[in-house]
Amino acid sequence: MARIVGGLTTSHIPAIGNAVPREQELRNDPYWKEFFAAYPPAREWVQSVKPDVAVLFYNDHGLNFFLNAMPTFAIGAAPEYKNADEGWGIPTVPSFKGDPKLSWHIINSVTRENFDLTTCQEMLVDHGFSVPMELFWPNYSYGNMRTVPVQINTVQHPLPSPARCFALGQAIGRAIESYPEDLNVMLIGTGGLSHQLDGERAGFINKKFDLLCMDKIVNEPEALTRYSIHELVREAGAQGAEFILWLAMRGALSHKVRKIHSSYHVAISNTATGLLVLENAA
Amino acid sequence: MSQATRTMDIEDQIPGTYVFDGEAAMKGYALNKMCFSFNHAENRAEFLSDEDAYCRKYGLNEEQRKAIRDRNVLEMIHAGGCIYYLAKFAGIFGLNVQDVGAQQRGISVEAFKKLIKSQGD
Repeated sequence: MARIVGGLTTSHIPAIGNAVPREQELRNDPYWKEFFAAYPPAREWVQSVKPDVAVLFYNDHGLNFFLNAMPTFAIGAAPEYKNADEGWGIPTVPSFKGDPKLSWHIINSVTRENFDLTTCQEMLVDHGFSVPMELFWPNYSYGNMRTVPVQINTVQHPLPSPARCFALGQAIGRAIESYPEDLNVMLIGTGGLSHQLDGERAGFINKKFDLLCMDKIVNEPEALTRYSIHELVREAGAQGAEFILWLAMRGALSHKVRKIHSSYHVAISNTATGLLVLENAA
Repeated sequence: MSQATRTMDIEDQIPGTYVFDGEAAMKGYALNKMCFSFNHAENRAEFLSDEDAYCRKYGLNEEQRKAIRDRNVLEMIHAGGCIYYLAKFAGIFGLNVQDVGAQQRGISVEAFKKLIKSQGD
């Protein structure tokens, strides 16, 4: 049977996509030093648990999906996912391998639990997906990893509630654990933490709220599912609502988890960055 | 405006924050569709060769065309723009989210960067 080996969360700021190819030189750069210093322990952990597949919860920022047809929850079911020009100059990266058989198992399983996902046999993945893969598999070394992208709408309100995203994660966790193949599955939740790009409140960051989220998500994630989207926007900023992606990932882990590593840093670009490594506790 | 297309009541609104809801999505459809087209280099080049013709091709209204001409992000948002698509417009001119943030706050980029950093103290 498939096993969930643990979960990672990380911010996916586009500026990181530009910086990652220059990580060696930026390790001593005052702006980047603290950010990059947080990642080696997470990478070592990734190598140690030998994942075969990554199920990655992220949000599309207008590369694959537009307002003509905007799914609340979409899942890739393709043998390959390509990255492409996002318009503002982040480098395009090598494509990602899919695992359509696992994708369809998840689709069938969660639909029986009343989660009706949009299924995508072609799907471009943007920085929300690629930046975390580049961070955990440096120098684009993700070539052997298979992936299942789970895309959650954070572009057009109404967004799905934190509680709904957490419950979707729980259903996906059950689906993975009922998959008959002998596979190590890693979960990744991307985005956040607090930031706001638009309006006169642009540049808003809420360290106190971020640290509360990073703490509660480990042992008490249900407490965070009580927030409404509106409260998340108020506390974490308009784009800080991406925290629902962390909650979806957390839902797929077991009730009890162990924190292996964490880091919080203000800020890269306009965004407070957070990193968490969690393992299922027996 | 119709309550049915809004996701929050007026009294719940967060100062300086615009929720991109059904009402905004309808209002800004043409503007956002044009910005979405900027994922492709040939469309960015076509826009730059005749900006107003490109805006007309996508059916932008006068308010949206003025906001584009003025490079004014807050005006674009008031005209229904969604920041995720507007960022692709800003990118044509080499502007990143810090430039865009500073413009909306009405402060310099340096002051904006300081503001961001200070919130980590």
